[in-house]
Amino acid sequence: MDYRTVLTTCTHCGCGCNFYLEVLDGRVIGTIPCKTSPINEGKLCIKGWNVHEFIQSKKRLTQPLLRKNGELTEVSWDEALDFTARRLKEIKDAHGADSLAFLTSARVTNEENYLFQKFCRAAIGTNNVDHCARL
Amino acid sequence: MAGLAASFGSGAMTNSIAELEDSDCIFIIGSNTTSSHPLVATRIFRAKQKGARLIVADPRRIQLATMADVHVRHNLGTDVALLNGMMHVILKEGWHNQGFIDERTEGFEDLKKVLDAYTPEKAAEITGVSADDIIKMAEYYAKAKAGSIVYCMGITQHTTGVDNVKTLANLSMITGHIGRESTGVNPLRGQNNVQGACDMGGLPNVYPAYLAVTDPNNQKKFESAWNAKLSDKVGLTVSEMMSGLSHGQLKALYILGENPMVSDPDTAHVEKALKAAELLVVQDIFLTPTAQLAHVVLPGASFAEKDGTFSNTERRVMRVRKAIDPVGNARPDWEIIKEISNRFGYPMEYETPEEIMKEISSVTPSYGGITYQRLEGEGLQWPCPTTDHPGTRFLHKDKFVRGKGLFYAIEFKPPAEVVDEEFPFWFTTGRVFAHYHTGTMTRNCPTLDSEIHEGFLEVNPGDAEGLGLRHGDAVSVSSRRGQMTAKTMVTDRVDKGVVFMPFHFIESSANVLTNTALDPVCKIPELKVCAVKLEKVA
Ligand code: SF4
Repeated sequence: MDYRTVLTTCTHCGCGCNFYLEVLDGRVIGTIPCKTSPINEGKLCIKGWNVHEFIQSKKRLTQPLLRKNGELTEVSWDEALDFTARRLKEIKDAHGADSLAFLTSARVTNEENYLFQKFCRAAIGTNNVDHCARL
Repeated sequence: MAGLAASFGSGAMTNSIAELEDSDCIFIIGSNTTSSHPLVATRIFRAKQKGARLIVADPRRIQLATMADVHVRHNLGTDVALLNGMMHVILKEGWHNQGFIDERTEGFEDLKKVLDAYTPEKAAEITGVSADDIIKMAEYYAKAKAGSIVYCMGITQHTTGVDNVKTLANLSMITGHIGRESTGVNPLRGQNNVQGACDMGGLPNVYPAYLAVTDPNNQKKFESAWNAKLSDKVGLTVSEMMSGLSHGQLKALYILGENPMVSDPDTAHVEKALKAAELLVVQDIFLTPTAQLAHVVLPGASFAEKDGTFSNTERRVMRVRKAIDPVGNARPDWEIIKEISNRFGYPMEYETPEEIMKEISSVTPSYGGITYQRLEGEGLQWPCPTTDHPGTRFLHKDKFVRGKGLFYAIEFKPPAEVVDEEFPFWFTTGRVFAHYHTGTMTRNCPTLDSEIHEGFLEVNPGDAEGLGLRHGDAVSVSSRRGQMTAKTMVTDRVDKGVVFMPFHFIESSANVLTNTALDPVCKIPELKVCAVKLEKVA
């Protein structure tokens, strides 16, 4: 039996409460609020208490999908990544950098947001990057 | 965001969450805090316990309203009139802070002229709030020692969203309620890492740290940091992207972890736009309605499966730590972006998120002193420019980020769509306590989904009676843009003439109805107000 707790930050709202994810043999089984967090001081709301439930949901995507003959079909990472990079390049070459746009996310990390807008600005060459949080 | 940045020089929450509990007057407007930000609400409860006064302005009788010293239900979209009315009273009674205005702000005379006309009587007529209540609100807030304003999307999701925010900034500055401990203006960010997405340059007009893309110095700085030629042209906002796709100037859209099919106004328009794309890439953890339209779907890892940082609504940068391996063949989003960039021909060589953070702190002045090592413990609140800087609890101490605080003289403008004979009900949207945004994550938590499983429409008992609607009845809701059916919830949380629906549920997606009219400055659609008609479904 392998049991561990990992301190992290809640992903369900902008409060950013801290808790420990409880992991038992590779499954996330619960959350324990962090008492020393300056935000939540040992408390969590109903969303934080249950945040572990979606992580290993059976509905998670586990394999890249590519549309073939109208259907989304499971493919290898190589095929999906090559397709994406190739199509981005073709469209940029044909219609210019400003014909592509990127929506970054309030749900991924700072590092990922940084990288995504850097890709958009430096690799593609457009400032067409926004996120849905205006909404 | 655009509004506060224009007034103060920074769009972020001015104070920390914990400071709220030592405020002696908290004015909550357009935020159902107990539902959307429960652990901020906790601080408001504590402040109340310590004797603070609570002012709540919200069209719905939200939970905080039940413990408020004054709760007003102003007509939808009349925030500017309400706030101008308060400021009129404050000036007339001499409750303003002339010393603060003289020393720390500019533009006051123009504002004063506009406020002249907003007598409590006139404001009462527009807002439907009694003149007495407007005077009481003005008195409580202005006479406080440490007054705080808390607002959320109820303020920003209007065609007048930027005006609303600037008007709140005006109110804080005429009373000097800004730049001190427990005293300030606090926008609560909706989604968990909105603050971080903005800080990192996830916006069409700015690089990381809000450095304008149109400024040649910034362009030069990032061109050398990134070793690439950059564009000085401001990019498209979300809403402009959607119309760009529909009209064909835009050919490709790459969406990371977002679900505009549910979150955007006017779903039919979004669907048409996404289907028009020559290339739609969606990177997400679930096969969302948006992902179902994609040409390629890339399975990302959840927050439990990777390292990184989030920045919360009070500017606190905190660690996210990997607890398990990604499920199946999913991969962390940063790795996917790196792989695509390498294949595209722009090499990226990061081995860990920590390496990316090193680069972030080297190009982002406000994150300059942030390292993973220093984030152990409580995290750090930016601005944190150097590795010996302790971080910043509250902003605008002694001096605004932009130098002087700027007053904007703003007149009330009615919402883009108003009720009429054909569409006689005001329709407004929001969150419910158990869910978060489009429900991609929360609706896959069985415990949360069973708390509140389906969408519903809140209708005032008086209106329900008039329409022959009972609790649980199916009701057809239509606007100029679409029609949908929902279950009726009869409740006096809403006033007569107003109906409310949460937007988390795809089955009865409220955004089928809402209006895409945009705020002219920050391009936020008017999600909060539109006109509808109701019919009982036989
Ligand atoms: S536990 Fe609740 S209040 Fe705290 S961050 Fe998560 S969702 Fe927000």
